[in-house]
Amino acid sequence: MQAVPLLLGVVVVNFLLISLAPGDPVATLLGEYPAPPEYVAQLRREFGLDRPAPVRLALYAWNVVRGELGFSFAYRLPVVTLVAGRLGNTFLLMATALSLAALVGVGLGVAAARRRGSGLDTAATGISLAGFSIPDFWLSQLLVLLFAVFLGWLPAQGIRSVREEYTGLAAVLDAARHLVLPAAALSFRYMALISRLTRASMLEAMSQDFILAARARGLPERLVLLQHGLRNAALPVVTVIGYNFAFVLAGSALVETVFGWPGVGRLLYDAMLQRDTPVLLGVLLMVSATVVVVNLLTDLLYAALDPRVRY
Amino acid sequence: MATVLATEIPPAAGGREFWRRFRRSRAGVIGLSLVVLLVVVALAAPLLAPRDPQTTSMVTLNPPGTPGHPLGTDNLGRDILSGVLWGSRVSLTVGVCAAATAVLLGVFIGSLAGFYGGWADAVLGRITELFQVIPRFVLALLVVALFGSGLWKLIAVIGILSWPQAARVVRGQVMALRGAAYVDAARVLGLRNARIIFSEILPNVLAPVVVIGSLDVAGAILLEASLGFFGLGDPNLVSWGMMLNNAQAHLREAWWMSVFPGLGISLAVLGFNLMGDGLNDAANPRLDV
Repeated sequence: MQAVPLLLGVVVVNFLLISLAPGDPVATLLGEYPAPPEYVAQLRREFGLDRPAPVRLALYAWNVVRGELGFSFAYRLPVVTLVAGRLGNTFLLMATALSLAALVGVGLGVAAARRRGSGLDTAATGISLAGFSIPDFWLSQLLVLLFAVFLGWLPAQGIRSVREEYTGLAAVLDAARHLVLPAAALSFRYMALISRLTRASMLEAMSQDFILAARARGLPERLVLLQHGLRNAALPVVTVIGYNFAFVLAGSALVETVFGWPGVGRLLYDAMLQRDTPVLLGVLLMVSATVVVVNLLTDLLYAALDPRVRY
Repeated sequence: MATVLATEIPPAAGGREFWRRFRRSRAGVIGLSLVVLLVVVALAAPLLAPRDPQTTSMVTLNPPGTPGHPLGTDNLGRDILSGVLWGSRVSLTVGVCAAATAVLLGVFIGSLAGFYGGWADAVLGRITELFQVIPRFVLALLVVALFGSGLWKLIAVIGILSWPQAARVVRGQVMALRGAAYVDAARVLGLRNARIIFSEILPNVLAPVVVIGSLDVAGAILLEASLGFFGLGDPNLVSWGMMLNNAQAHLREAWWMSVFPGLGISLAVLGFNLMGDGLNDAANPRLDV
């Protein structure tokens, strides 16, 4: 996995989208105003639109490197400022969801592998099938219906209560209450993936000779399971979280839209409604770059966890 | 799903043997039944639906059980049952056509990369990696937002963004078969490369490709529904994703606007996922996971 060519590729894809998109930016800028052709030509020169495509690509790449991703029409803010301001909320949601998914998923996977073929195992298989098939945005709506509309236990919208003004610990608890439903909705698919994977790699790990040896030495079954089995089964789980980061980000966009969570995903939805193209492109670029970095970190983490892997 | 696609060469089992093993897989049989149900509903939608799914009426936001509207009506008085039945057409069409596009592209590119190796393989590798880091949903959303929506555009976008998985699997299989004795024999007989790839190698790669194809349909249905939920479906057709988009603003007063279309998506995706699992079991009988 080479990060630099990938980042370049992401920039090229973005540039292609900008160049191929229908509509002439200068015509859009001028609108209905009848402009003399000289002025149009001058504008084209100013924006560098008269240069050949490779030069424009280089200029675009240079702007990206300097962190200039254009200007949002709707918010009248630089795209970078806008996206960076939302990233924190998205990462909070994603981190909570992934931790939840890892915790429940690994637990479920280990339990299912330990009692293979039992009712619990069947139930775990059923849950993971549901996780793969239920769209996260629909699950979000169902959770809102159940816990916010019918039971009234948890808030359905936003990141903090609008009517009350909380400070200190109360504010944290208020945010936590708002986080429960979106995090649960986002985590379900990855919980399913992780439990299925944990189960498979646990079964494989537990059939190895060193497990037999550990049992022969008279270690209690719990220790065999956790120290010898799970430790070896954990590796694929780490990678699956890392490599599915792109999907979690996309899922987050849909979940945030249902819950009005003020993250990058909600921004993406609003930008789409307003046809705020610079924001759409900026989000694609920043999100892809994040995935490249996370994948790189996953590789490094994998190497650190597994002494057999050397780079 | 089916994260454990065996890379080993499947035994060149005949169609009948494959079918026998498929029937033994519970997942496969349930999946196939759901898929058949979906196809029947999609074909018979005009006969089954009580009314036109786009016709509005004064009977707005009526709950399920209202006379004439077994699943209720939406905010414009459109019949939910008719919408769910007609929506199956969009999901099935986009799912199957986009997956077919993805599989055809994937088989073509994957077999070139696997057979020739070298720079063809290197280029494919880079492109596949690129597709893995750019979130498919966000890219599809951008393309549809910039270039406009429509049934065929959705199929093209989803198909083009979904080929890398099939390509990776085909590449691996072709690479493994490239050095097989019978391929050498074909070479000695003087067959051209294209002929070797298409009539000697690809028939043996069919089983995993069918598995991927089934899972791709599930993925394409989900992606189409997600785009519809973002309001980017074909504006002239009724789709489950767009029904859910519409339901979002009325969650507090009309749960039925959300529950039934979502159930449609989930069952359709579940069907193709299970069918893929069953096909995988039938293709790799030794894989006992």
